[in-house]
Amino acid sequence: MSIDATTIAPANLLAEASKLKNDGYRFVTLTSVELDETNMEILYHFDKNLTLKNLRVPVQKGGTLPSISGLLFGAFLVENEIRDQYALTFDGLVLDYQGKLYSETAQTAASSPFCKYHVKAEPDSKTGSEPGIQQEGK
Amino acid sequence: MARTVIPFGPQHPVLPEPIHLSLVLEDEKVVEALPTLGYVHRGLEMLAVKRDYNQMIQIVERVCGICSMIHSLCYCQGIEEMLGIEAPRRARMLRVVWSELHRLHSHLLWLGLFADSFGFESLFMQLWKIRERVMDLNEATTGNRVIVSVNVVGGVRTDLDEAQVRWIKDTLVEVEASIRSLQSTIMNDTTVCKRTKGVGVLTKQAAYDLGAAGPMLRGSGVAQDMRQLKYAGFDELAFEPVVETAGDCWARSTVRFRESLQSIDLVRQALDKLAPGDLAVKVKGKPEGEVITRVEQPRGECLYYLKGNGSTFLERVRIRTPTFANIPPLAAILPGLDFADVPVVVLSIDPCISCTER
Repeated sequence: MSIDATTIAPANLLAEASKLKNDGYRFVTLTSVELDETNMEILYHFDKNLTLKNLRVPVQKGGTLPSISGLLFGAFLVENEIRDQYALTFDGLVLDYQGKLYSETAQTAASSPFCKYHVKAEPDSKTGSEPGIQQEGK
Repeated sequence: MARTVIPFGPQHPVLPEPIHLSLVLEDEKVVEALPTLGYVHRGLEMLAVKRDYNQMIQIVERVCGICSMIHSLCYCQGIEEMLGIEAPRRARMLRVVWSELHRLHSHLLWLGLFADSFGFESLFMQLWKIRERVMDLNEATTGNRVIVSVNVVGGVRTDLDEAQVRWIKDTLVEVEASIRSLQSTIMNDTTVCKRTKGVGVLTKQAAYDLGAAGPMLRGSGVAQDMRQLKYAGFDELAFEPVVETAGDCWARSTVRFRESLQSIDLVRQALDKLAPGDLAVKVKGKPEGEVITRVEQPRGECLYYLKGNGSTFLERVRIRTPTFANIPPLAAILPGLDFADVPVVVLSIDPCISCTER
């Protein structure tokens, strides 16, 4: 069982969101889903007459997506939340908390608290371990 | 003119829970409002990977105490959809009864807090006195006043006998009369109208474009309520969304007042349709795949995204609560207001920070 969602490339996100807005869809929210060690997807949920329209946007961990908050102001809070929890960044956020919506310390790809797997971006200068993927124990 | 930044919250007399607003003022006018969260964030969505899908029912009930039953209802519906099962008809009607009792006591709680926000203490106390009757119903029928924990995957865990059904109906007659006795005060009293009419106006188009939810959306004239999706037992009940068009604090208050009476009506309808039957179906299998489910909480539309992998642990539980959706509209309507109106307008969205910082 999977939800009815249209997969689109990040480059087409703003155009699709704009089209949905012009078609009378109401912004509902975003859902971030961790897929594996390096990949995530963001689901964009819109509603019209009680019917949901979902966009599925693949993105790499630590990557960047265009912000839709300039188009749909209501999205600024959830985009900031995803930045805090999954260390994805959003280009063009109208109110950018710089990763400090919930915490005083901005999260990085290596410390994103809601990820099962963390991307270790740089070798540890003390231990000299190699860059790569670290799995956090449950 | 020089600008002043006034911190509003996280501790403030009108705020039952902590949220902070940085208000930029020119003289007494708000020109900018920046919300700050993070005082009570619990990371409950992350617990999904550490608790099995049955244990998650108790977790989601604690996303918010005041609408705990509706959180677990939404979650259980999603799991049931993934498992390909449906709760029995009696269970679905009982879910309506307890979810509408939750809406009723939540709205009465809010109406009281709202009255308190502009200093109408006697109205506040009257409303909370009425609310206690509803809390008694919850306690007597489930064992708890707030977190009633009646939902299980496949149905409900407890039943109502004939005497309880009669007692609920009798109590609701008195509760309805008490609420109606306050109608003219809540809607027409000079003090109430002066502090709420024309204050914090959110237009219909803005409410829709900003993604507002619940009474915030319906108070601006948009007739959208997730109960129109006919989940639980709503498919058999007469229901129309309560709508007001002014878009101000008075309209949002009136929507909640009218919805309180509507909830009483829905409880009665559901009780009248209670027929003998099972409380739950047998659960087989493990949740697999992904599903989105939505319900109407007292504060508005709540969305759950659930993803399972065929094990007892879910891969992802995503919860979009209504207050989270109503914070951007709040940030949009605060600029231009008098500073003295800020507490009333903030409270008019019925902020639930427990939900927001799930």
